[in-house]
Amino acid sequence: MIRGARIALLLALLIASQITLAVGEESKLVPHPPKGRGEQCVAATDFMRRNHMNLMKHQRDETVREGVRGKAFSLTGCVDCHAVNGADAKPVSYADSRHFCRSCHDYAAVSIDCFQCHASRPGSEKPHAAQGVGSTALAAVAAYFQGAANDRK
Amino acid sequence: MTGNRPVDEGRRGFLMSSVAVAATLLAPGVTLYAMGGDAAAAATAPASAKVRWGLLIDAAQCKDGCAACIDACSSAHGWQSAGHPETDAQWVRKITATDPKTGAGFSAPVMCQHCANAPCVDVCPTGASFKRADGIVLVDRHICIGCRYCMMACPYKARSFVHEPVADQKPDAPRGKGTVEGCTLCASRIDAGGVPHCVEACKTAGHGAILFGDLNDPSSDIVKRIATYRSTRIRADLGCDAAVYYTNI
Amino acid sequence: MAKIAYQKLTDHSSFFWGLLGFHLLVIAAGLGAALYMEHHGHVVTGMSNQIVWGAPHVFAVFLIVAASGALNVASFSSVFNKLAYKPYARLSGVLAIALLMGGLAILVLDLGRPDRLIVAMTIYNFRSIFAWNIYLYVGFIAVVGLYLYVMMDRRVSRSETPTRIVGGFAFFWRFALTTGTGSIFGFLIARDAYSSAIMAVLFIAASFLYGLAFTVLVLLTMSRETRHELISEDMLGKFRGLFILFALAVLYITAVFHLTKLYAPDYREVETFLLRDGGIYTLAFWVGQIGIGLLLPLAILVFRGSGRHAWHAVAIAAPLFLIGGVAQMYFTIIGGQAYPLRLFPGMQVSSSFHDGVIAQYWPSLPEVLLGVSGVSLAMLLTGVALKVLPFLPRPASV
Repeated sequence: MIRGARIALLLALLIASQITLAVGEESKLVPHPPKGRGEQCVAATDFMRRNHMNLMKHQRDETVREGVRGKAFSLTGCVDCHAVNGADAKPVSYADSRHFCRSCHDYAAVSIDCFQCHASRPGSEKPHAAQGVGSTALAAVAAYFQGAANDRK
Repeated sequence: MTGNRPVDEGRRGFLMSSVAVAATLLAPGVTLYAMGGDAAAAATAPASAKVRWGLLIDAAQCKDGCAACIDACSSAHGWQSAGHPETDAQWVRKITATDPKTGAGFSAPVMCQHCANAPCVDVCPTGASFKRADGIVLVDRHICIGCRYCMMACPYKARSFVHEPVADQKPDAPRGKGTVEGCTLCASRIDAGGVPHCVEACKTAGHGAILFGDLNDPSSDIVKRIATYRSTRIRADLGCDAAVYYTNI
Repeated sequence: MAKIAYQKLTDHSSFFWGLLGFHLLVIAAGLGAALYMEHHGHVVTGMSNQIVWGAPHVFAVFLIVAASGALNVASFSSVFNKLAYKPYARLSGVLAIALLMGGLAILVLDLGRPDRLIVAMTIYNFRSIFAWNIYLYVGFIAVVGLYLYVMMDRRVSRSETPTRIVGGFAFFWRFALTTGTGSIFGFLIARDAYSSAIMAVLFIAASFLYGLAFTVLVLLTMSRETRHELISEDMLGKFRGLFILFALAVLYITAVFHLTKLYAPDYREVETFLLRDGGIYTLAFWVGQIGIGLLLPLAILVFRGSGRHAWHAVAIAAPLFLIGGVAQMYFTIIGGQAYPLRLFPGMQVSSSFHDGVIAQYWPSLPEVLLGVSGVSLAMLLTGVALKVLPFLPRPASV
């Protein structure tokens, strides 16, 4: 385990040094996902970049299995605020490479199947989450970490 | 997951008392932003085992030629005909039945009966077909492998398999090729305190043939009605204990 | 008793390569078909919301049932101590594993989401017979694998005890497996055509027959390949006797099954459909399963099965039993679904969702290819196994 971590760290350092070497090229090499609507609603961007999948998966099971809705990590909430408009000023779907999720996932070569079933564009009905997100979001992330800590024990 | 609920509650209470804009440090490098307000708090409560949602359908009020409930369901959840009647999904359909001996009959909508002893839940190998605490039977399509055993087991033909790729789904009604789906009793609406689309549409159409309510609540309209008038459930002999009651069938 | 000699396949005839190549081709076609179905969805098959399990399941269930039966010969030797069967015990084990893998491959590739196989292997609902079956199937491969090991390992096989213990356990396991497979249908209260505990017993009887038919067919084919008669005249007689016994058992249980249903007025409607008015399903039953699959081979074995005709009789009967097996599965699985669910017993019903009408089903090419490729996979695996390790007996004369 520790050995694996060391190797991973070494690899990460190696890759990082490669990237710093090409500082000028950086902006071309990494993806630039479009900015979402409003302020950070769940957590800081850095954190979301690394952990969004865990938050969403956690929420997904709670929502489907227990009917817990309206919390901060609902996929519809993400889709609402991170919609990217196409040429026709309408949000593009996941089929379009400009879609928020694809802007990163294409780069990272991580294929997701969320949008085989879920809508990848905001619906016309009531807007989701975002403004409703407040202390609930905090409580939810706190609960998430609490759960993760308990799991580790 | 249930083990840490008390901690969760305490934490939530503490956080809810925090003022308008607060930033909390949860873990190194993790800053959370709260912007006040907790409009969605009600919907965050999990489904309760104290209630059991059900329907009472009065076939006498179900009018010939009317398909308001079916149309409402179809447009709300985005299941439409793709021109292949054999494979197209139907979450609810209207069945017309006639007694061949007497000629008398009725017609009524039939959807998932949200059984207490649901055969689909029993047979599902992965537990994707499951029953919520409040009695709603759903398919967790995140873990449905598309084996269709639930469709073999359901006595009501309530489930459909998605035979074709689906596009432009409704945000509240995810559905996709290769998984099984069926009536959800509009769970997301119920969680937000609403009633199923079919119930609303039938009322709007002026028939009011479908009554929605909590079968565990003695003071609810639905319980009072089934306590007063004799009702029946489809294939009650199978012992599935359906949550959908019918009268005048 | 004399030590039994075994052999692996060495110098191959073009017949062997031809057979291997043929099976490879069919498997490639089957994989292509699975990809095609996966890409377009099941709309390109004949399956629908009425017939939810189609041709792939016919072949898959057939192979899985045959797999447990293929272990019979091994069980006779180690559990019931019939030494005459011992030379075939290894082959019987290998064939059992291969047939099961063939059947499982079809089932997995027919899933709506085959990419989620990992979900099926990690999340279980223990009220589901399907979930038990996943354990029973994987366990069967492990148990039979161990069984082969204790039979074949030079040191372990010196003592009879390990073979008897593991063989006994494998025998128990194969019963559990076939009971589980039969119960997939037997436990379905919703469908009038199934819903009977005797389904499990019927599947067990059928497994004996189909498993033995596969074993004998492989032995006959390999006799040609090794240019030795792998089945002695004495054994031919024994196999003939077993065939007759098993076929009669299937006939008997089938009769009991349908008579029971016919006696209950509630089920008469569905039985009348299946046995008289069901068109292709009625045909599959009377002509396929009963006629070609049971009565004809029985007649051949009884009247022409002795003396110099014995070899021919067995060689003709074995494939006929297998054809009957596929017919039986077609009749059971598809015929049983074609009859509509009775939501309102006694009423004439109609709806936009095909309530109250007999479902139409015609298998499409991809799903048939997928189904047949499972048989080819089982045969290819067996062929390769026979080449790698000495599973086949070497007759004493050589």
